[in-house]
Amino acid sequence: MSTHRLTILNLYPRHMNIYGDAGNLLVVQRRLEWRGIEARIVGFNPGDEVALLAGADIILGGGGQDSGQALVQPDLLRIAPALGARVEEGVPTLAVCGSFQLFGNYFKTFEGEIIEGIGLFNLHTVGGTERLIGNIVTQSTEFGELIGYENHSGKTWLGEGLAPLARVVSGAGNNGSDGTEGARYHNALGTYLHGPFLPKNPRVADFLIATAFKQRYGEDAELPPLRAPGALGGRNVGSGDSGGLGSGGNGVGSGGTEDREAEQDGVERYTEQARRVARSRPR
Amino acid sequence: MPNPVVIALGRIVQKAAELRGGGSALPGLVVEKLDPHFAANVLGQLPRGVVLVSGTNGKTTTVKIVAELLTAAGLNVFTNNTGSNFMRGVISSLLRKVSLGGRLDADIAVLELDEAHAVNFVESVAPRYTLLLNVMRDQLDRFGEIDYTAELLSVVARKTVDVVVLNREDSRLAAIPERERLLATVQWFGLAGGLRAEFPEDDALYDEEPREEPGDETDAAEGAAEAFADTVLLTGFSDATATLELDRSVYEARLALKGIYNAFNATAALALVHAIVPETPAALLVDALAGIHSAFGRGESLEVDGQPLELVLVKNPGGFRLALRSYDPTDSATMLAINDDYADGRDMSWLFDVGFSSLGGTGVAVVSGTRAWDMALRLSYDEVGVGVVQRDLNAALELLVAAGAGRPKRIYCTYTAMLALRKLLAARTEVERIR
Repeated sequence: MSTHRLTILNLYPRHMNIYGDAGNLLVVQRRLEWRGIEARIVGFNPGDEVALLAGADIILGGGGQDSGQALVQPDLLRIAPALGARVEEGVPTLAVCGSFQLFGNYFKTFEGEIIEGIGLFNLHTVGGTERLIGNIVTQSTEFGELIGYENHSGKTWLGEGLAPLARVVSGAGNNGSDGTEGARYHNALGTYLHGPFLPKNPRVADFLIATAFKQRYGEDAELPPLRAPGALGGRNVGSGDSGGLGSGGNGVGSGGTEDREAEQDGVERYTEQARRVARSRPR
Repeated sequence: MPNPVVIALGRIVQKAAELRGGGSALPGLVVEKLDPHFAANVLGQLPRGVVLVSGTNGKTTTVKIVAELLTAAGLNVFTNNTGSNFMRGVISSLLRKVSLGGRLDADIAVLELDEAHAVNFVESVAPRYTLLLNVMRDQLDRFGEIDYTAELLSVVARKTVDVVVLNREDSRLAAIPERERLLATVQWFGLAGGLRAEFPEDDALYDEEPREEPGDETDAAEGAAEAFADTVLLTGFSDATATLELDRSVYEARLALKGIYNAFNATAALALVHAIVPETPAALLVDALAGIHSAFGRGESLEVDGQPLELVLVKNPGGFRLALRSYDPTDSATMLAINDDYADGRDMSWLFDVGFSSLGGTGVAVVSGTRAWDMALRLSYDEVGVGVVQRDLNAALELLVAAGAGRPKRIYCTYTAMLALRKLLAARTEVERIR
């Protein structure tokens, strides 16, 4: 049916998935499908063929527990040359939390042990005892305001020549002191904003998709428009009574009018409102 | 013996706190400060000691089942049934029951404690029996990692004196006897007969192939049953009947509790109680299960406008997944109420570790709570239709009653949303008072 197809390579889904990282994959998948582009998902696990990387149009990596990170680190070193080559080619890549750290030069644990990274990002991370946890808002020159949640004990320091993904507006970010958050190298993005990072920041998801699309189908190829299902998705809720529902409520920050609009445009409306609420929540 | 003055003071604080409509933390705090050994001294007198239940999901319901089964077995049971599963909550419950002379009129105490508080508790009181239910992702903003949570529970197992009952299906808990030098003997509860697929571990979510069922009893030879003599198994479940295997006998248990996850909680409770009172016939315990109802907010059923309304507490991805598998969405109007207070977990990531496609056919009538928009956003990525988003719980309840007129209703809610909804519902209907 669809003439376009893009492959998402999901790095170590079994071990690097601690904070709802599946959400990032799901958002890319759906936003491809909603453009009529077939999404092919390849889970890359330790020991898998390096050749799988060659077919990837988008690469995603999530966060892991210490045990998960220790488990995938040797495998990541194994595939580092091939992965690095893809990033140099400009393949859009998103590395969240634990993957972000392992994409750096090294991680020095609190006990002083050095865990080697793959050096894709010129940065290093130092383990600490204090966890940087909470809602976070940042500002990116390219993507605007990015909103999410962070939970990490490692403090990351960017090396020379490496740009941050964004500047911290509220929250800790890379290290809680220099105001940077994440990293950007070619089309590879690293961030501590975990889990539903892409759900609340669909501009980043669309950047990954648009970049991948042009690389696969040429600069002149036109990205099909996004047609997300409405809030009701064509389904009937509340025995055909839903028209009367929207006008009933008048509660905290969401009156009836807002709700009726939401029915017309589900995802985009929900995204805006979820961002608004997240921005207002305490750390 | 505890000091009568401390008890009297604690009671005064408790009365004052109740008059102000406050919770159970303050009196516990005051008594803890005045006498750090209060709980240890009171509980230390109990002839059959202390039973501790911990884990991520199912504590409150399981403690209720355990307490009622022990009562059926003829014991006088003390339990912290306020749902406040921390040390100060235990002290507050004790304050209500203890005599001024510091005596507690009970044979045995069954206590629910969350993982972190369980570790603190076992430092001062060594439980004779411990039941560890599961380790799942829960409030990672508090605990950081599940491996760490599992370590906390290992400590609890190590400090237990007589029997530790463990979930055979939970890989982190099942590893405890190999990792720790346990004083206590180990008993197990588990699943068989293809039921494992109903309880995916967090780790298995991303597996492309379903887990194998090692040691499945269905094709095991006669003699193999011996190996499971220390295991109570849930081997079948349909509607309100659970099939249980205990001491090589098979029992059909009628359950008033709803859902397969409560059947598994009942299995855990049975394994524990059987270890505590081995002299009580298993058939008596199995029969007693039929009379045990859900704990408050745990699948409890109320009546609103002549139709049942069910409150289902969802605290973490594992619990949410099990709850969604336990109820048929086509039989009622569905509402989801998601808050993000400290007790709920501030991080919304967990909603993405739950699949909501099972609600796709019916849609969700109302989405509510402080993070209603996050929930609606999550549903939209599973292409589940949303009727209306209304952050205010009271207004949302009105909308649900309208949308589900003439039909049963079900609300999946986080902890603080559940407390708020119960208050709102109390104004409409008779809701069991909890102290």
